[in-house]
Amino acid sequence: MTNSELHTDLRTAVRELCSRFPDSYWRELDAQEAYPEEFVRALTEAGYLAALIPEDLGGSGLGIAEASIILEEVNRSGGNAAACHAQLYIMGTLLRHGSEAQRRHYLPKIASGELRLQAFAVTEPTTGTDTTQMKTMAVRRGDHYVVNGQKVWISRVEHSDLMLLVARTTPLEEVKKRTEGLSVFLVDLREAIGHGMTVRPIRAMINHASTEVFFDDLEVPVENRVGDEGQGFRYLLDGLNAERILIAAECVGDGRWFIERASRYARDRVVFGRPIGQNQGIQFPIARAYVNVEAADLMRIRAADLFDAGDPCGAEANMAKLLAADASWEAANVTMQTYGGYGFAQEYDIERKFRETRLYQTAPISTNLILAYIGQHVLDLPRSF
Amino acid sequence: MKIAVCVKQVVTREWPLRVDDTRTWVQDRDASFEMNEPDAYALEEALRLKEQHGGEVVVCSAGPARVAQVIREALARGADRAIRVESDALAAADSGMVAEALAAAIRDEAFDLVLTGLQSDDQGFAQTGVVLAELLGIPHATIIMEVQVADGGLRVKRELEGGWFQWVSMRSPALLTIQSGINQLRYATLRGIMAAKKKEVRVVEPPADLAPHHEILELYVPEKGKQTRLIEGSPAEAAKELVRVLREEARVI
Repeated sequence: MTNSELHTDLRTAVRELCSRFPDSYWRELDAQEAYPEEFVRALTEAGYLAALIPEDLGGSGLGIAEASIILEEVNRSGGNAAACHAQLYIMGTLLRHGSEAQRRHYLPKIASGELRLQAFAVTEPTTGTDTTQMKTMAVRRGDHYVVNGQKVWISRVEHSDLMLLVARTTPLEEVKKRTEGLSVFLVDLREAIGHGMTVRPIRAMINHASTEVFFDDLEVPVENRVGDEGQGFRYLLDGLNAERILIAAECVGDGRWFIERASRYARDRVVFGRPIGQNQGIQFPIARAYVNVEAADLMRIRAADLFDAGDPCGAEANMAKLLAADASWEAANVTMQTYGGYGFAQEYDIERKFRETRLYQTAPISTNLILAYIGQHVLDLPRSF
Repeated sequence: MKIAVCVKQVVTREWPLRVDDTRTWVQDRDASFEMNEPDAYALEEALRLKEQHGGEVVVCSAGPARVAQVIREALARGADRAIRVESDALAAADSGMVAEALAAAIRDEAFDLVLTGLQSDDQGFAQTGVVLAELLGIPHATIIMEVQVADGGLRVKRELEGGWFQWVSMRSPALLTIQSGINQLRYATLRGIMAAKKKEVRVVEPPADLAPHHEILELYVPEKGKQTRLIEGSPAEAAKELVRVLREEARVI
């Protein structure tokens, strides 16, 4: 089987699974702010969320290209992969930096879906993307760490068994470089919640199961530290390119969903005696959005190929995310405009997807910080922030 | 139980249908294809029978090289191995031709049960299975909604018109054409897709003397037309005439 055959088969299979979860399924969840439990279970049981876990640890050992196709197809079908995409890639930190015992203990259970690891607690209310300034501290006391602090915008905590947590183990004043002194911990949420950890859901513009979490003398066993103490920031950066590429693919999926809907509506909707898509004012913006989605897709494929070959891909992964997020947002706007008033009606799903794809201008990294990365690291311009 | 399932690859429902230059088929050069829906139910039924009674499920398809995609899909869903009859001449062939190609490829395997979908989503002849049974010299039953394996034979439920059903018992080997909706389809898992890579696919050529049994003369979409007729006269006369036209010409009242 060639790679392109595998990709076709993956697309066909994921599309078929998603077809069992139609627009109305996602619409009702959105209205109830409920988690797509049934969908996530189906995707997990069919093994798709274990695509990146090596075969000897229970997964399929596939690359980012394949994982990105899975997520793209979820969004292209009208669903929202954000509900579960993290189960695919958060385990990467454990896979790359965890001890052999941690890998053997956790990864097969994550692969089977017995354990969900899809929350990553980094962002804090006062520091945002300025990660090294984080206030949450983990202080070692014998065979455990005691964690105190607060995190915000931590998604899927209520739908996870495990959570990765980044906390300072050495105060900022005591390290030579500000990127030192951060450590990564694996928090067993089943034990932690109610015993030093509190979770508070955040009601938001989209159904994203995001929360605030508070640590008040939470005890984390030393054996749950992932990798070396103080190296957490480096581990964090290691996972970012994968995340960028996967998010880019979700945006491409959104973009394709929007353009399909907009084109269909523009062909079918007749006003003033002709399909509205015959008017250049409607047709050209859809065509332009299509061009931009396809162009973004090429950068996403380029980034995924580099990533899977083990080559540096920081610039490409960031550019793919920026281009794809912009393209899906443009497609969303164009579709809203094409639908006219009906775009605002919940039963057409345009307004839901519009809200959902808007997130990618902001998360997991804001568009401005990608431009800052390109300016500083690709164009060798002075750091702008 | 050794089961063969014959599947056809058809253009996906989303593909916009346009008549091609020969005016005998649709433009399908860049089309995306999928498994014919009733065939997917036939495959699912075969997999369920294997799970209950043991044995082997062999998926068979006849067509150009592109049908390898539906073969892989069937293997990913759980078929054990595959036989693929490859020929460009089978791309839009008639039922007789397809049945002859399939019969030659599977005759020596002595299957206990051969399943096909009731009909194809493109040409819709509902003949391939029936002709194939005749060529293999085995009994057949059509429009099957339930399959039970009894001692040395089968009990099958056929769907009739008007919500009626019929139970039929038959000996095996036999061929059944399966109706959509007989079961709940499973979807391919990622493990299934990966496992399919390692399964055997035997590619064979069709018999050399394979020839069409009929020729498609023309394929067309009926033209939509609108005719407006003005009925003149006084309101009472016009109303009377309208009723007459609706009753006698349009035959709607």
